[in-house]
Amino acid sequence: MDTMILGLPMIYYVAMITKVLVAFIFVLLTVAYATYAERKIIGHMQVRLGPMRTGWHGLLQPIADGVKLFFKEEIIPSSSSRFAFIIAPLIALIPAFITFAVIPFGGVMEVAGYKIPLQIAGYYDTVAGRIFDVNVGMLYILAMSSLGVYGIVLAGWSSNSKYSLLGGLRASAQMISYELSAGLAVVSVFMLSGTLSLHEIVMQQSAFNGMNWYIFKQPLAFFLFFVCSLAEINRTPFDLPEAESELVSGFCTEYSSMKYAMFFMAEYANMVTVCALSATLFLGGWQGPFADTFTILGPLYFIAKLYFLMFVCIWIRATLPRYRYDQLMYLGWKVLLPVSLLNIVVTGLVGYFISH
Amino acid sequence: MENLNGYLIVSAILFSIGTIGVLTRKNAIVIFMCVELMLNAVNLTFVALSRHLGNLDGQVFVFFVMTVAAAEAAVGLALMIAFYNNRETIDVTDMNSLKW
Amino acid sequence: METLFFLIVSIVAIASAVMVIACRNPINSALSLILTFFCLATYYVMLDAPFLAAVQVMVYAGAIMVLIVFTIMLLNIRIDATRRHSHMIFFGSIVGFATLFNTVYIVMKSRAATPATTVNVEALKAGHTELIGREMFTNFLLPFEITSILLLVAIVGAVVIAKKKI
Repeated sequence: MDTMILGLPMIYYVAMITKVLVAFIFVLLTVAYATYAERKIIGHMQVRLGPMRTGWHGLLQPIADGVKLFFKEEIIPSSSSRFAFIIAPLIALIPAFITFAVIPFGGVMEVAGYKIPLQIAGYYDTVAGRIFDVNVGMLYILAMSSLGVYGIVLAGWSSNSKYSLLGGLRASAQMISYELSAGLAVVSVFMLSGTLSLHEIVMQQSAFNGMNWYIFKQPLAFFLFFVCSLAEINRTPFDLPEAESELVSGFCTEYSSMKYAMFFMAEYANMVTVCALSATLFLGGWQGPFADTFTILGPLYFIAKLYFLMFVCIWIRATLPRYRYDQLMYLGWKVLLPVSLLNIVVTGLVGYFISH
Repeated sequence: MENLNGYLIVSAILFSIGTIGVLTRKNAIVIFMCVELMLNAVNLTFVALSRHLGNLDGQVFVFFVMTVAAAEAAVGLALMIAFYNNRETIDVTDMNSLKW
Repeated sequence: METLFFLIVSIVAIASAVMVIACRNPINSALSLILTFFCLATYYVMLDAPFLAAVQVMVYAGAIMVLIVFTIMLLNIRIDATRRHSHMIFFGSIVGFATLFNTVYIVMKSRAATPATTVNVEALKAGHTELIGREMFTNFLLPFEITSILLLVAIVGAVVIAKKKI
């Protein structure tokens, strides 16, 4: 146990690898079953049954879908830009997963006398007696989420097809516009928290058993952030890039087999990340009653909040129709952006008057 | 700390590559990208020296360079789109008339 | 260990920078340039500037390059859009290598690498974002405000130039 590698004990590396594996498998499973949950929930909301054939109430449906996509023929259009066509799904998928590195999903767990914070990019400094994590955590997430657009743009451009190109252009314009409002919406949270580290933000929401969550101090910011994030990850009612009824399926029209599955996974992984982030920033993250005394409750609270927000996403999809493209741009630039700027100003003024 | 020379030399290499690109390529967008590369090479120098000298002035300056680069990108690309609308090309050798 | 890491990142950065000027297809150039920006962000992390690393990825890779890729897509420039893709290779290379030798010579000869006076690295690491913000809103307040005017001018200019009818 006392062997040191690069100034850190052996158990640090073991814990790190375990955390990465657990988080990765958790996100993968959630992604797989989010597709099932989506079909099932929308089915029941529309008084249908949803998938019923594979397994008990269709529980094996995601696996069947995966196997089907895996064995499909891989088609690369002859007039496509080969390199960009192949690399686009990977560029879409990777940022969706690595964003999870800075999101704290639990408190401090003690294994064999060594304290492990349940956050992938964090370690417990025994000398200082506190957790150190990425102190620009939120900026890291904004940076990574701004990279997701490349996958879609490249997919649209390299397929060399009208529908794909239109889908790609729509997607990039939409993601850039809404990323701005989403970024400005969380600025008001930073103004209250005074830090960019997600661990610190979660700790500040711990008091009064949930009455100190930022959703109560910044309800408008939560609303703006959630709506803009939905637009950024192309969920309904903002799913114009792959509007089935207009563009066949947008940027992934020409994709088949595993590459299509990767786009599909990226979409749902983005949904998981956005919901996890909303839960962390506004709903107190892994905080909840008795979470400090029983460490295992932390991840459970986090998962509960995450799944609730994902249910809201699916619920929105079952309820709302799709926006028209000019309405989308109008909403993004002329409504949400000014409102989020106004929110920052009001937060600043209120903060100034409270402190003086 | 002792690696300052390494950072400066990498920055010099990137800057030279950018210079070669600006001088030899004909596609205006690629030239534009090479200018961005040169700006970034200078940014690396700023950050390395800021770390070396232990004050933050260099990093603040990098921030301003990024702002200028963003403004430059917006205006430069708008110019290219305007040119393309008129001439159907963005080859720099075709940009040879003052007025069309 | 850190030296090895530095070497790997340097090789990737320089190779992708060469790809920027060597690729015929502008999209591939743009992708290589994004890779170079990533390497620079890695350098910034190694130089204890995590805030700048995040901003580098966000502004350069996330905004400026998206704009460039978007323009390439919009104009849909394929390889055959330009007749010859490069010119003046000989002259350009001479100027480039002259710049390189000049800079490396100056770096090697200068006393820049001699350790500076007492450096408070721990203070730099601690509240990095806060320190930069404090610096920017006190010592650099005027340049900061001028930057905002510059951005406004750029927005107006871009709209005026690119739009056919206002």
